[in-house]
This record gives sequence, structure tokens and C-alpha cells, in this order.
Amino acid sequence: MGKKRIVHYINQFFAGIGGEEKADIKPEKSDGVVGPGMAFKGQLSDVAEIVGTVVCGDSYFSEHEADASETVLNMIESYKPDLVIVGPSFNAGRYGVAAGAVAKLVDENLHIPVVGGMYPENPGLDLYKKHGYFVETGNSAATMRKAIPAMADVVKQLLAGNEEITGYMPKGIRVNEFKEERGSKRAVDMLINKIQGKEFKTEYPMPTFDRVDPAPAVKDITKARIALVSSGGPVPKGNPDHIESSSASKYGKYSLKDIDDFTPENGETAHGGYDPVYANEDLDRVLPVDVIKEMLANGEFGSLHDYWYATVGNGTSVANAKKFGTEIGKQLKEDGVDAVILTST
Amino acid sequence: MVKAIEAQGLPIVHMCTIVPISKTVGANRIVPTVAIPYPLGNPELDPKDEKELRRKLVRKALKALETPVTEQTVF
Repeated sequence: MGKKRIVHYINQFFAGIGGEEKADIKPEKSDGVVGPGMAFKGQLSDVAEIVGTVVCGDSYFSEHEADASETVLNMIESYKPDLVIVGPSFNAGRYGVAAGAVAKLVDENLHIPVVGGMYPENPGLDLYKKHGYFVETGNSAATMRKAIPAMADVVKQLLAGNEEITGYMPKGIRVNEFKEERGSKRAVDMLINKIQGKEFKTEYPMPTFDRVDPAPAVKDITKARIALVSSGGPVPKGNPDHIESSSASKYGKYSLKDIDDFTPENGETAHGGYDPVYANEDLDRVLPVDVIKEMLANGEFGSLHDYWYATVGNGTSVANAKKFGTEIGKQLKEDGVDAVILTST
Repeated sequence: MVKAIEAQGLPIVHMCTIVPISKTVGANRIVPTVAIPYPLGNPELDPKDEKELRRKLVRKALKALETPVTEQTVF
């Protein structure tokens, strides 16, 4: 069997033509690889050849979408590809949207698979994810080295004709299929396999969450500035910011200066998702202020950030949790904190 | 929230009771705790022992922050 044919779509920047000042260049094509195509070539040389590269300026594509679409599609088609790679476009918005639009064109007109790579928040992903196999990448080209092998892996699976493809972000398409055995039996079989430690495969995977690489460890904890954060709702008595007991819309920032030990008089939990009796009796059970202060005095770590941050993690939307975390993280960073302890209930 | 804070480049240890949830959401340094309503305590112990239990857990958390990890790690 001969090698499969791949066409690669990239923007002006990755083609080495130029940055924003060249973003208005019209589509052009060249035989063989350009830019990141070189790395794909290395990964895919056993199974496929990148026969051509199509380049278009990001601004040109978005400002002349109809013309650009037609030209790009014709250029791609001229190479008679078996598969098209777009990007990776990381978190570059216009590039992501253009790459997604190209995926859609190829999907709808040439009916061949498209593999791309984007940061999950790239607007191009939401618009066009059902038209291609988009692999999750970091938010900048600095993560190219991780993105290429991950995308190449999906390409290989597709070219091999695998029935099930893994390693891409869900397209949001549900496919109906019929099974011989009814659901109840499949569920029990799955459970038995699980109990016996055998392999089993869920029919309803949990939503996938993005990952963050672990931050480097603290070099010397005795010099580090530590901050306390909690999603267990630990707030000063009376819940001054009225943080909601569920579906919290905010977080609070409270001074630790005058608290060495929580008592029923100075602290309580705002959390409505667990029995609050124990936390209201002694909030140290949720936010360990008493031992933290003692350990600080003993020099077990460098210093303690003057404030703790708290919210209620009870039915709180992922979007809110992410927003809180980003804001809190930025503030802590600005305030010279080195590491964080986050407690959850 | 853990992830969003870590994304700012701050090492963070998640002290929580339901480790599978912590793993699913993507915490990288995890210290398992006692129970949902009292992660860092145990009302059945006398106050002195309870505090000692808490101290041990916090020490473990500090240790976790000092430990380089390349993947999700339960301490």
C-alpha cells in the first residue's frame, strides 16, 4: 500500500512569511512541507507524505472568507489528499477560526478527515469542532513540541482506519448504534469486570477537563510564603460577603491577622452542601489556621499570606470556579505568595 | 479553582476528602483528608489529638509543595 497523501494548512506566520504585517496575504500553495510541516513529516514518514502546503494570511481569510474559502479549497483539492492537517493554531483566534473554517470546507466538500490542534478556549474550536479531530494544545506555540506528536497520533489512527479514534477533543456529535445486549446486562458485565480487575469500557465517559502542568516545587519551604484558600466555605462569623450556600457567584478575601484559632465566635461555614455542625464548632477543621499559625511560629515554613480566600464549592459552575481561581491566583502571585494550600470539603 | 491557581505558576496542594474528584478535575498535588464535613479534623477525638491529626496533614501538604511532581500525585 502506498503512502497516504496529506495537505497541510497553515497561516502566514508559521509559513515564515511574516507576522501581523503579512496577515493580509492571499492564499498560496507549495509542494511539500513548510514550517511545522517539517515536524509532522518526521512523525508521519512511515505512513504518509505531506504532498502540499496551503498558506493564507489570517486577516485575509477572515476579511475575504468567500474568496479565500474557494481558493483554499481548490488548492487543497489539487493535491488529491487523503487527509488534511490544519494548524496547530494554539490560542491564536483568527488562525483558529480560519483553520476551523478550512476543516469545515474539507469535511463538507471533500469528505476526508481533518486533524487540527487548538487551545480549548480558541474561538475556532467551538465554531468548528464537529468538522475535525482537534487535539488539545497549549495556548502558545511554545507547546508545539507537545502538539505535533499528539496530532500525528490522531492522524495515524485515522489513516489506519481505526474504528475508534482517541486523543482529540469531543466533536459534540452523538452517534446512534445498536448493541446485541440490552443496557442492564452491559452495565452488570461492566461492573463484574471492574470488580474482577479486568478491563472494561464505560459507555458514558465523564466530561473531560483540561489539565495544567504541575508548577515547580517550592525549593525551600522554610523561606516560602504560603497562602490558604478553600472551597469549603470558611468565612468570618456572619458571612460578611453573603457568599451563597450553593452556586456561589463570588469569593471572599479575609484577614488572618487577628485570628490564631477559629472558635464558634469568629468563624463559620457558608457551605450548604454538607452538615455544617462540625465546621461551625471549629472552623479549623476546614481551614487549619490554628496549626498553621503554630507551625509558622515554629519556623516550619517561611511566612503566611495575611489573607485567606474562600468560596463555596457547591454546584458552583466550572466557569465561575475557573474565574475565581484565575483572579485569586493572580492576586496571590502579585502579593509574593510562593505556594498555596487549598482545602475542599 | 486549583487548576486556575496553578496555571498562574503557583504550586498548589489540594487537601480534600474525595480524591477521585480531585483527580478528575486535575489537581496535581493531592493530600487526602478525613471526611467531607471535617476534612482537617475529627470531632470524635479529644481536642489535643484532633489538633495533632491536623498538624500532620498540614505537614504532609507542605511536604507535597516541596516535592517535584510530573503527574498527578497523591501524597
